Amino acid sequence: MSDSSLPSRTESAEISRNGLWNNNAALVQLLGLCPLLAVSGTVVNALGLGLATLVVLIGSNTAVSLIRNYVPDTVRLPTFVMIIASFVTCAELLMQAFTYELYQILGIFIPLIVTNCAILGRADSFARKHPVLPAMLDGLMMGLGFLLVLVVLGALREMIGQGTLFTNMNLIFGPAASHWELTLFADYPDFLFAVLPPGAFVGLGLLIALKNWIDLGIKRRQERLKEKPVAGSRRVRVTGTIS
Amino acid sequence: MPVTLTSPHTTGAQTVGRVMAWVLAALIPGAVVLIASFSWGYGINLVLAIATALLAEALMLKLRGRPVGFFLKDLSAVVTAALLALALPPLAPWWLTVLGVLVAIVFTKHLFGGLGHNPFNPAMVAYALLLVSFPMLMTTRWANPDLSLSIVETLGIIFSGVQPIDGVTGATPLDVYKTDVDRLVAAEILQSPVFGNFVAKGWDIANLAFLFGGVFLLYKRIITWHIPVSLLAGLGLMALLFSWDADLRTPLSLHLLGGATMLAAFFIATDPVSAATSNKGKLVYGFGIGVLIYLIRTWGNYPDAVAFAVLLMNFTAPFIDHYTRPRVYGQSKAVKGFKHDG
Repeated sequence: MSDSSLPSRTESAEISRNGLWNNNAALVQLLGLCPLLAVSGTVVNALGLGLATLVVLIGSNTAVSLIRNYVPDTVRLPTFVMIIASFVTCAELLMQAFTYELYQILGIFIPLIVTNCAILGRADSFARKHPVLPAMLDGLMMGLGFLLVLVVLGALREMIGQGTLFTNMNLIFGPAASHWELTLFADYPDFLFAVLPPGAFVGLGLLIALKNWIDLGIKRRQERLKEKPVAGSRRVRVTGTIS
Repeated sequence: MPVTLTSPHTTGAQTVGRVMAWVLAALIPGAVVLIASFSWGYGINLVLAIATALLAEALMLKLRGRPVGFFLKDLSAVVTAALLALALPPLAPWWLTVLGVLVAIVFTKHLFGGLGHNPFNPAMVAYALLLVSFPMLMTTRWANPDLSLSIVETLGIIFSGVQPIDGVTGATPLDVYKTDVDRLVAAEILQSPVFGNFVAKGWDIANLAFLFGGVFLLYKRIITWHIPVSLLAGLGLMALLFSWDADLRTPLSLHLLGGATMLAAFFIATDPVSAATSNKGKLVYGFGIGVLIYLIRTWGNYPDAVAFAVLLMNFTAPFIDHYTRPRVYGQSKAVKGFKHDG
């Protein structure tokens, strides 16, 4: 397959389903947990880091796929890390330029995207074996899957921890977003457990449980559908009369 | 022809339900003293916590597809709720108690597999979570034994969020001593009314009542002496080593009778599920809790340390058990550590 060829429809659907649900980086592979747990305190932090990771993941998957035929296997990991580090540096500089306050809040966790194993994992297990377009799509879908979990966890922790939602969204979306903040409960006593790291672990555990529960439900329903005898099927009757 | 049963021919009378009922009975003197000296808050908390615990337990059993009535009758949820209610500050808002009980029953007990499967003491996990989450409420809502509140006033403070007037609530004697010892000598600190005439007003009698209840449990053979004795020994030894000068650190008397020590030694640390099981293991486990209580009370940031000490030793219980296995009948030596694997 040449690099410019589009992935087929079923292939794209498969990549998307894997990234968003079946092989979700945060819920199934449990990769990149360090940033996931550390910066998911509010929606804005989660969204900021999720977007940065998404950009890096798309970039690194594309670049790794482009050079996949020229890098010997023995030195592939250092090469991938260098590529990822370059994209992370770009993302960091962009955030410093355009969302300076968020850049300061996220702090060390932006450079730490380099060590996010989800990104290296995708580079090594997908991008280096596939042409550019599927690799790019995989980066997008894996990044979106990670971003979604991060934002849901951020929303959960912000709601339970502080009783608000979408605080400080102006850090990403500019001054127009400064009144997006929703106060869900007045006089809410801060529930520090949800704000602190243990709350992130419990929250992620609950999200994983929820995903497994949904999967179980889907599986059960499919099995029920399968077991239904087909109407009008023929079978051999040896006694009695057909009623 | 008579039916011949296989051994054992006599069964023990100790069902879970009966053990839990005795534990509840043994808690009564302490609970009565707490209510009498500190307000109805403890009583209201007990009722609220037990009701929440039974509801949560029934709901979780139903969700997990377990027989609801069978497990509700074993009273383990009631004991967890009662221990938590007696450990929480009596004048804290109602939702604090409810939240604590839900954490204990749903998260610490049932998500780990229900009765007998929880690696941590449910009441203490709930207490630690509340202490970390709401430090203000958990340290300042203790009742003042000198001001008696009517039951209506107490209900108002707990349920409708009425701010208690100055002096009705305060910190515990342990907290007061620890804060004041930096700038005052013992004689001056003990001027404070929270200490009363004996050791710590209200607390001392409550601790003695829990001690009485604990001795009753020992007499009924519900618990063995190992954990309480070694816990008190660990705490006492540390206090003798470091607290011999009452002008510098909280004295031994206050450590033993001023906080939740007796409740912890006889009722909380002895939880058969999360504690070490062999007799030698129980000694190590209890001693560790005693030492940790002293360390955290003296050099930690929180006024009392029972919850954290118990949880830290819960972590070590499987490890302790592994190294303190008793000799098996028929073997000349006990198998210890990981040697048997290799």
